[in-house]
Amino acid sequence: MKITINVNGKQQRFDVEPNTLLLNLIRDEMSLTGTKYGCGIGECGACTVLLDGDAVLACMMLAVDADGHRVDTVEGLSDGNKLHPIQQAYLDEGAVQCGFCTPGFIMSTKALLDKNPNPNEAEIREYLNGNICRCTGYVNIVKAVQCAAVKMKE
Amino acid sequence: MMDINKHNTHILHRFEYHAPVTVTEAVKLLKELGSEATILAGGTDLIVKMKDGSERPRHIVNIKQIPGLRGVNETPEGLWIGALTKISELENSRVIKEKLPVLYEAVRVIGSVQVRNLASVGGNICNASPAADSAIAFLALDAVAHITGPDGDRKVPFGEFFTGPGRTVIKEGELLTGISVPRDVYGWKGYWVRVARASMDIATISLAATAKMDGGVVKEIRLAWGTVAPTPMRTDNVEDYLRGKKLEQNIIEKAASLAASSIKPRDSGRSTGPYKRKVAKGFIHEALTRFAEA
Repeated sequence: MKITINVNGKQQRFDVEPNTLLLNLIRDEMSLTGTKYGCGIGECGACTVLLDGDAVLACMMLAVDADGHRVDTVEGLSDGNKLHPIQQAYLDEGAVQCGFCTPGFIMSTKALLDKNPNPNEAEIREYLNGNICRCTGYVNIVKAVQCAAVKMKE
Repeated sequence: MMDINKHNTHILHRFEYHAPVTVTEAVKLLKELGSEATILAGGTDLIVKMKDGSERPRHIVNIKQIPGLRGVNETPEGLWIGALTKISELENSRVIKEKLPVLYEAVRVIGSVQVRNLASVGGNICNASPAADSAIAFLALDAVAHITGPDGDRKVPFGEFFTGPGRTVIKEGELLTGISVPRDVYGWKGYWVRVARASMDIATISLAATAKMDGGVVKEIRLAWGTVAPTPMRTDNVEDYLRGKKLEQNIIEKAASLAASSIKPRDSGRSTGPYKRKVAKGFIHEALTRFAEA
């Protein structure tokens, strides 16, 4: 099936099978491997991407359902070699250890700060509920979100 | 949760794909394909089931292309919620937050942000889990399910909608198009609570309570329970007992005991019957105490 998706701001055409998951299209066809395959059943958030600005799980969506929509992945955030303030904040605050969950966390953070530029700690923790990190713990991640919120207002 | 190590959750099996663009076309397809077809809406339940092999439909009927099945709209009778409306859209609806607090509280805790952005309200209802968070709120709000089938449209009150775990009155060839909530219940006090092991877990027991109060006296009250019976259930006898009464301590105690003995929990993997009865008592106590406050 022929579909068109706006990927990180660029219109792209794909030919997919109906059973192709959006995650596999992103990783295998678009070669955007920042978006991770974690649990595969919607529990961990490692495959979080933005669909028309909303955080969704690419492992739980058919690629055909993204037809005509915009998909943003972690690769679309930086401006050339200049990291997005959210990416920089995760580095600065030591919110990354193995890094596997990070793209998902960063995309959820992007969705949160786009909707709510001044979240308090409870709001951050509630919003990031669907992203699981197994190494750093969440303290530095929350700090990174708070730091990014400040930077994005500058 | 499924054992993810036993299954290949990377891919889905091959299926015949259909994407009807009208309700009429969808109903015709569903009728023709019968039990070989499964409706795909938000996909957050179905895709997990397809990955773990518990569902392997030959035909997938994706209803997301049908216009008019999505959105929260006010009508003269009350609120109309299209079956394809995302859970996050209910969460962000101003009228739901202001007028139907029990529904607002229920939808806020479904899954994660990402799941709420994908999952449809129709799916949450039609999967007919005895634990479905939105279902008990709709049951408490006297909501009505609107169903279209080969023989036309029909309306089913939520009290008659669920027929067993995973089963509803929806027959082969039929489609849930939306849910309506009557204006009568607008502005009632709402209380929604559940016990679960962790925040995103399936509820062990849950209560949706909503009441119309008049100076501490119960004018009307609805109590709907999740996971205390094979389907979401109301405790009509407790509602009858409370109607017209002033919520004083002894009345609250009696109602709590009556509720604990009226629910029909079974021992399950998640908890035991006696435990649920104890929790139910606490839930009613808490709900009525809050309703009694100004």
